Amino acid sequence: MDQVLKTLGILLNATLMYTPPLLFAALGSCCSEKSGVINIGIEGMMTVGAFTGAAVGYFSGDPWLAFICAGLAGALFAFIHGFACITCKADQTISGTAINFLASGISIYVCRLLFAGNTETHPVPNKLPRILNSFFEWCSANLSWGKAFEKNGFLDNVFNTYASAYIAFLLVIVIWFIFYKTRFGLRLRAVGEHPQAADTLGVNVTLVRYICVTLSGLLAGLGGASITLATVSAFRPSIVIGQGFIAIAAVIFGKFKPQGAMLGCILFGFCNGLKVVVGSSGSIPVNIISMIPYVVTIIALILFVGKAHVPAANGKPYIKSK
Amino acid sequence: MNSKNKLSFGERLLESAFTYTLISIIIGFIVGAVALVIAGYDPIESYGKLFGVIFRSTKNMSYSFIEYSVPYILTGLSVAFAFKTGVFNIGAEGQYVMGSVAAMLVGVFVQAPAYIHIPLCIITALVVGALWGGLVGFLKVRFGAHEVLCMIMFNWIAYYFSNFIVNLKSVNVGDGKTWSRLIQDTAKITTADWLPGLSPHAHFGIFIALFCVVLIYYIINRTTLGFKLKAVGFNRSAAEYAGINANGSVMAALSISGMLASLAGALQVMGVTYKISQFAGQEGYGFQGITVALIGGTNPFGVLLGAEFFGAMKFGGTRFDAPSEIVDIIMGCIVLCIAISNLLRLVVRNKKKGGTV
Repeated sequence: MDQVLKTLGILLNATLMYTPPLLFAALGSCCSEKSGVINIGIEGMMTVGAFTGAAVGYFSGDPWLAFICAGLAGALFAFIHGFACITCKADQTISGTAINFLASGISIYVCRLLFAGNTETHPVPNKLPRILNSFFEWCSANLSWGKAFEKNGFLDNVFNTYASAYIAFLLVIVIWFIFYKTRFGLRLRAVGEHPQAADTLGVNVTLVRYICVTLSGLLAGLGGASITLATVSAFRPSIVIGQGFIAIAAVIFGKFKPQGAMLGCILFGFCNGLKVVVGSSGSIPVNIISMIPYVVTIIALILFVGKAHVPAANGKPYIKSK
Repeated sequence: MNSKNKLSFGERLLESAFTYTLISIIIGFIVGAVALVIAGYDPIESYGKLFGVIFRSTKNMSYSFIEYSVPYILTGLSVAFAFKTGVFNIGAEGQYVMGSVAAMLVGVFVQAPAYIHIPLCIITALVVGALWGGLVGFLKVRFGAHEVLCMIMFNWIAYYFSNFIVNLKSVNVGDGKTWSRLIQDTAKITTADWLPGLSPHAHFGIFIALFCVVLIYYIINRTTLGFKLKAVGFNRSAAEYAGINANGSVMAALSISGMLASLAGALQVMGVTYKISQFAGQEGYGFQGITVALIGGTNPFGVLLGAEFFGAMKFGGTRFDAPSEIVDIIMGCIVLCIAISNLLRLVVRNKKKGGTV
């Protein structure tokens, strides 16, 4: 029984480790796509965020400052994407692809300049804190049933995790609230479905789209930083490998809703956790296990999800006089 | 102005995609120069070295324009061809990997004389690529699955499948190494024997790639299949109303795209690497095919030029004293500028309207 509980603990711990970066990025993607701008550049924005987080974290020693700077760096690249897509009416897929190139190129380039030609940063001295740490310590010391809270126990493994994880899940609620309970959210969705109609009613389509795209970069940047400031503690070029794309997949999987995207991210995170647990037993080749998240997504897509409702104006630049 | 319909040479120049591509390339190099200055390099000297390396000798030119360019020609064609049908082939990466695995397996395990072995490798890769690409088309058509998402998933499945194959006991070279056994000499397509002055990996694949450029141009512009595919790409509903089988067209386009990308993978194994290695990250031949297709304006001959340019830059970047990522920055800027050039064209058009009407 203990063994089962322990394995389950590791599994859930790994799930909660892999989910937050995806979740940040997926929420970002959600914002952008809901307002009608496809953002394939999420991957690049995550890379920039991951690098900025690690670099600022190393030089300043302050993980929170690094976390915020990472978000801003992502937002900067998203703003470029927004300028191309919204003001210049560029093809959004093309612009996103360019952003991916630029972002990873610039990140590694700057990394080489700052870290003596290396493509990896030095590890950050301080990771994001485990904010419930002292609460867990207090419980295990003072409560009569405090044993449940002991270090490396089940609860500690699963729930005493880095601050970024709590922020990510909290943001799901915040974004859901903004989308469906506020005036801005209504406008945002209107802009994504029918920009002409929204414009006629006096909504500033350009401004709303700029806000949403920039926000998507901010969130993606935070997602990248939550890899380099929590999951691991340094940047290397292959650190993001495809997580930005997986986040986009999670959004489509979740039918462009923040709560749906969250389920998608947890599914991916869980499959990654499974990879850690089953992979360590060595009975199945690790490369086969690694395929699980992707195969599961395809199967889920075919069997359960059906056709996702894509925001009607997604990918189409809005030209006012037309 | 007396001629409203005829454009002057200057106006035609401002309307043509080629002009904007050229301007974009120049802007890309300017941004690259800024990045070089920030890093403390003299941009003129660095660019001089970059192009000096590319054109220094026949050998270096064969590196630039054959070895480094062939995979980009084919993956670029693959993406460009799918674009014509309105499908964004982000799956070229996975198709490339599957092609390289197929060619490697046939190259290692089949015993045959070269005139059978080489075509067999290529045909196997083509079949695998067609199935791999067509499968996504099938999922889209039959189940309404989102094709971009499916292809991203398929890329990763191919990636891990390749790593799985490399680590199989019968395939792995042994001694704890992370690459496969070498393909047999009869499956290699090198030109080293009869053209000793070139790169040891300058291979026959360039002729196959050039043939594909012409073939794809012919298919798109001169055949009913090409017409159908373009019609579906322009307006799916109208095409269906006119009696074109849109579902079949999407599947056909993705199969052909898959064949092109997997051919790139096969030629790379047969001509350059002779083996496949365990990946640490996606290699990006497929993704860079997107860049090449965009630089080439999705025209097959444009793709050829774009791929030669990209391949040469990549080779130059490997022999460069500044960080080679400068090439990625330049390329990213070029693609971004090509995307933005839409605005310039609109501005030019509006000015003209305002001026003559």
